[in-house]
Amino acid sequence: MEDYGYTIASVTKGLAAGEFSARELFNEYRDKIELRKDLNAFLSVHDFREPAAGILSGIPSAIKDNMLVKGTISTAGSKILKNYTSAYDATAIAKLTAAGALVLGKTNMDEFAMGSSTENSAYGRVQNPLDKNRVPGGSSGGSAAAVAADLCVFALGSDTGGSIRQPAAFCGIVGFKPSYGRVSRHGLIAMASSLDQIGPLTKNVRDAAMVLNAITGPDVFDSTTAPQPVPDFAKNLDKDIAGLRIGVPKEFFGEGLHEEVQEKIRAAIDMLEKQGAIISEISLPNVGASLAVYYIVMPSEVSANLARFDGIRYGHVSRAAQNLLETYMKSRSEGFGAEPKRRIMLGTYALSSGYFDAYYMKAQKVRALIRQDFDAAFNNVDVIVGPTTPSTAFMAGEKSDDPLAMYLSDVYTVPVNLAGLPAISVPCGNGSKSNLPVGLHIIGKMFDEATVLQAAACVERVLS
Amino acid sequence: MLTDAEIEHIAKLGRIELLEGDVEKFKRELSSILGYVQQLQAIDTSSVEPMYQTTGVENAIRADEPRNAFPMDTELSALLVGQAPMKEERFVKVRSVLKK
Repeated sequence: MEDYGYTIASVTKGLAAGEFSARELFNEYRDKIELRKDLNAFLSVHDFREPAAGILSGIPSAIKDNMLVKGTISTAGSKILKNYTSAYDATAIAKLTAAGALVLGKTNMDEFAMGSSTENSAYGRVQNPLDKNRVPGGSSGGSAAAVAADLCVFALGSDTGGSIRQPAAFCGIVGFKPSYGRVSRHGLIAMASSLDQIGPLTKNVRDAAMVLNAITGPDVFDSTTAPQPVPDFAKNLDKDIAGLRIGVPKEFFGEGLHEEVQEKIRAAIDMLEKQGAIISEISLPNVGASLAVYYIVMPSEVSANLARFDGIRYGHVSRAAQNLLETYMKSRSEGFGAEPKRRIMLGTYALSSGYFDAYYMKAQKVRALIRQDFDAAFNNVDVIVGPTTPSTAFMAGEKSDDPLAMYLSDVYTVPVNLAGLPAISVPCGNGSKSNLPVGLHIIGKMFDEATVLQAAACVERVLS
Repeated sequence: MLTDAEIEHIAKLGRIELLEGDVEKFKRELSSILGYVQQLQAIDTSSVEPMYQTTGVENAIRADEPRNAFPMDTELSALLVGQAPMKEERFVKVRSVLKK
């Protein structure tokens, strides 16, 4: 596995041994961010503040620009929020800083997290640190690039249909989407509220578990957070996986999967079997309908969530507007980029009178079937594995003119959001043709993050 | 294929002003995506309840007492009202709703 510089463990050790101070390390990273401006991973940088004591004390992090950090700009990658100053900390940020983490800055992203390549940012595309002509994935592409280029120790992203796991796979790092409800969405600029979830992008599995320990838990400001007790996610990472039951869905190895990705995934599964896991082929019969369900449910929620951008309370206002209706129409038309407009239009149509049952209701019913498929599979297996993405990182511009082709790069990650499950992407080697990283996707039962992390830690241990 | 009138109707509902070329563009793109999602109609859902959420949390309620987590003071007021693109003192300004 690549050497990505500092990890939470190495920084904690270095600070304790007095090799460097938190301020020195913070400033070293700030300099590095400045030197790697070509990547366009950061939209803003923050100043040093004395860290709190805690499990992440003095650890420099990067935050996706759709999470609020009090007193600083949060654009969500959109022109419409170019000058938006956060009035409070998102709960995940408040928890991170209470645990001692430091915020280096905010990372570039697809506008309102809508995209799979970070080419939809109003502030320019992000380069993949492994190959500047390729995309880092998206929508948390800035966060993934920042971790892979060691411009931070870890980053936070958000995942609505794969936006943490897909860029992690493309940049060769670890990306974790917790179960829906584990991490508060308070202060996360909403895209699709029944799907959005905050999670870490890290250099190894242990760091992901450490960050999860800091940010998970119920929150009075998000009534969808789960009351389930939060375990120590780092506890079982060294445990062997003998007897772990792993399901391999045949639907994840069909048309569209690149040969070099398939090779690596099959090799990783063989390795897991050698480590004592019990592998069985399973079927998720309705999973093939996931993207179709997603492209109804997600835009419907988008059209409702983005209605708040009205040019009045915050965000861009059109100077050409003469009355209230024109303020809405023109401000939104000028402020939103192509992808948010496309999704608002699609969602508005799906929810409009006469079409609601045929589109939105139908999609939510098929969504129930997809969840039932997962529930049935988890009666016999502990985790489900497959590829995170059908291909390794694609070229910039390759899919930007074809929305449907772009959407297909999330074909394996989307079903997990629809079902609300936890899942990780962990590097499992480079493709034989592209020599770019391949991500192994490990999906767990609802609220069983610990087993997912345990399996991922085994992959990391054996393959590195 | 969606019609011009349908695109114009949706845009009005979604409060998006259409620019030159937008009608054709949205017609093409939305029709292509709606064509793709048609596959859902082939799935039998006659005995399925729709799933609106995934955690099983129901009726998340709290005591009807003030939390005082965000006490309103001049700083918070300035941060919130200060975001408004048009304002006067502590007030958000809105353009006229009715024609003069």
